[in-house]
Formats: sequence, structure tokens, C-alpha cells
Amino acid sequence: MSRRRVVVTGLGATTPIGGDVTSSWSALLAGTSGVRSLTEEWAQTIPVHFAARVAVEPSEQMERVELRRLDRSEQFALIASREAWKDAGSPELDKERLGVVIASGIGGVTTLLDQYDIYKEKGARLVSPHTVPMLMPNGPAANVGLELQARAGVHTPVSACASGAEAIGYAFDMIRNDRADIVVSGGVEAAVHALPMAAFAAMKALSTRNDEPQRASRPYDLHRDGFVLGEGGGILVLEEYEHAKARGATIYCEIAGQGLSSDGYHIAAPDPDGAGVQRAVKFALRDSGLTTKDIVHLNAHATSTPAGDIAEANALRAALGADADHVAVSATKSMTGHLLGGAGAIESVFIVKTLQDRLAPPTINIEDLDPAVTVDVVRDKPRALPAGDIAALNDSFGFGGHNVVLVFKSI
Amino acid sequence: MSLSQADVLAGLKEIVVEVAGIPAESIELDKNFTTDLEVDSLSMVEVVVAAEERFGVKIPDDAVEGLVTVGDAVNFIVDAAK
Repeated sequence: MSRRRVVVTGLGATTPIGGDVTSSWSALLAGTSGVRSLTEEWAQTIPVHFAARVAVEPSEQMERVELRRLDRSEQFALIASREAWKDAGSPELDKERLGVVIASGIGGVTTLLDQYDIYKEKGARLVSPHTVPMLMPNGPAANVGLELQARAGVHTPVSACASGAEAIGYAFDMIRNDRADIVVSGGVEAAVHALPMAAFAAMKALSTRNDEPQRASRPYDLHRDGFVLGEGGGILVLEEYEHAKARGATIYCEIAGQGLSSDGYHIAAPDPDGAGVQRAVKFALRDSGLTTKDIVHLNAHATSTPAGDIAEANALRAALGADADHVAVSATKSMTGHLLGGAGAIESVFIVKTLQDRLAPPTINIEDLDPAVTVDVVRDKPRALPAGDIAALNDSFGFGGHNVVLVFKSI
Repeated sequence: MSLSQADVLAGLKEIVVEVAGIPAESIELDKNFTTDLEVDSLSMVEVVVAAEERFGVKIPDDAVEGLVTVGDAVNFIVDAAK
């Protein structure tokens, strides 16, 4: 039996630069920042006064009764999944062949903290009976699975900021391993709240450029000082190739392979040698049957932290060698901020659009390119990609030393 | 304090509209919470807690099972408030 191939047949997103894929993608090509000053009172009590909230509030996209039973991360998952499912043509299939894999880095953290406030102020009786289904990290996947009646399996890999990419990889394997014909996959995050932000700030992980929030996320810039927290989510409908062809689906591109590794180095800091990242890139290329020559684009993890961006760039240069010279590297977190468990997912949505339009999105806010950066960064304006068969990489890394690389290929 | 059946029904309607998002006009005394109004077990807890707050009554957990229809809940609350 020949190997089952996996293609992308639907996309959905709600991001800091748009309420759906079309608006997010055009804002990305235009170099639009989704970062804003926070107006909440608590924002002044922590060192960072800004974040990248979604461009369109869920209350504009869902019914009120749904909103009150769902954590914000679950709201993002349903909004993006509904868009993706519709984009895929709302396929009819045996629900025992339909899966859902949606990740989150932190889960329903705002529900947990808000309900704890209610418990302290009003007592146990007033704690919402919806609290547990809202705070569990598998809640976004579970709610989407329920809505679509998916019965092949509903899963939630958790690997901090690599979670979204890991979810897509897991979905890819579900189809390859013949557990499912269609899997709705991606990642979401909704952690813009005083406590997670205070905690990231305590690690010195967040930018504190409070006077210029829209210039704060600046991957590869010499004066980058940390990431900007973003929220939202991205969803891809993955489908077995023959299944997609048989129903006449619109096929965006193929997922050709994935590579996974772990650093075994530090709980939060990147391995400066990037050995784990290099291994993940090699595994991904081997899995996809492609070589370094086929890769023309990378949507980088590049979060705008001083250590992370360089470690990643060095690892990619080492893994791709001279072929890194023809890889157009885009750091879209410069516009969306860092969606943690949603990052690898929205960036995968962007890669699919990049392959479709043959246009790599820009990286904004680079005033002085860090001379230590050894890869070819797309700056300020989109860059056209070559005609013919092309492939692109998404890499995502998470606290804990998790590395995930996905390979997307034109079809 | 005593409450009229009409007052309790009006208040309960507001609660069920808020919790379950059901149009007020579909909430009548003979409606079954589960099969007619799709108030699931978790949402029923919300309805009960909100009703206790609003009407100043206690609705013990073992009584909740007996509140099958909106009318059951209205009668229970009216009796409890006497």
C-alpha cells in the first residue's frame, strides 16, 4: 500500500490583525502591527502595559449564551474551526473517520483565575459549574469535537509554545496512520491577564517597550528586548489526498513531513548550539523526502527575545548549510505578537497562504538588523517566491525544550 | 415573605434566558427543562443558584431532581418563600 498523503483543504483564524484568514493575511502582507496598549486597570500594575489582543472580539462572532459557557480560548477555537470547516466545503463523511487535534499552551487560565476570585469574594456556592470544562486545556479541542461530532479521536498535545505545531503534526500522523480521513487541527491561546503576564515578565521574557508598543515585537533587530503576548488561534483542516480529490475539494498544499526533538538542556532557555532544532529540521526533511534545496521559505519561531532569535537562526544555518541562502525567512510575530500555543498554528495558516500566493510576508520593526543573524530575513515588504515546486518550513519551540518542524509543499 | 406564582415565573424566565439563551416566550410552566429548554445538568446548577439569590430561598440539591418542569420550580420557590 502506498503511503497516505495529507493535504490542507480548509483554513480558519482569528488573530490580532484580523477576525478571519482573509483579513489577517492581507494585514500581514501590509505589515500591520496588532499590538496595542492595554486599557485594563491591572495593566498598570505589571511591568508590561501592552499586548496583541484579537482584532475582532468573540462577542461579535458568537451568540451570548455560547460565550458564557466557553473560555476565551474555546471561543477562539470554535470561531476559527467554523471558518475552516466552511472553507473546506463542510465535508460529509463518516464521523468515525473525523478527528480533532487542537492545542493550547496554558488552557483556560483566565477562567481559572476569575473563578478563584469569585470563590474568594462570594464563596464556593457561586463558583460556576462550567469552570472545569472551561479551564481544561483540552477544552478547545473537546468543544470543536463535540460540535463536529468527531469520533475518530479528539486530542490536545501540550508543549508550551510548540503546542500548535505539535497538534498539526499529530493530526498529520492520524491521517497517515489511517485513524482518520479528515482532522481539524491547530492551536489557540487566551492568556492576556495580569497573572500570566506578570509571570512572563518575572522571567524577563516580555518586551517592556511601553512607550512604543507597536515597535516592541522586533525579531532579529539589534535592540529586541523580549516577546509581546498575543492571543487568538489558527485552524487547518487536514485531509487524506485521495479523499480530498474524490470529493472535489479545493486543495491548498500538502503537509509533507514533520520533525520532533527535545533539547535536554534547560527548562526555559534555548540551547545556544541549537542541536535539538537542527535534529528536528533533519528529521522533518527526511520524513518529507525533500532536501535542503527544495526549501524556499521559513516562517520562523523568532519571538523577539535576545537569545532565542539567534539560537534559532544559527541552528537553521547549520541544518540547511549553503541552501539557507535561498530561504526567505519571515518572522510574523513582529505583527501578531506571540500566541504561545496558538503560534505554530497561525503561522502554519500563514505558510499555506504564502505557498498559495507565492508571497513571503514581511518582518516589521527591524531598524538595525542584528549582525549575528545568519539567515536571509524578509524585511518590510513581502517577497515573491519562485515558480514551480516549492516547499516551506514552520518551526516552533516551547519552554521545556520542545522542538517541532513541519514541512509544507506546493501541490 | 410570600411570592406570587406570576412574579416567580417572570423572575425565573429572566434567569433561564440569561443562562440558556432561550427566548422568554418559549418558557412556560409546562416546559421540561431538559427536553424542551435544553437546560443541561450544568446549566441547571446555574439556574438554581441564581434563583436562590434572586428569591432568597434555599433549594437543596436533593430537591433539584424533582424540578422537572418550569412549573415544578415555580411551585417549589413559592412554597419555600412562605
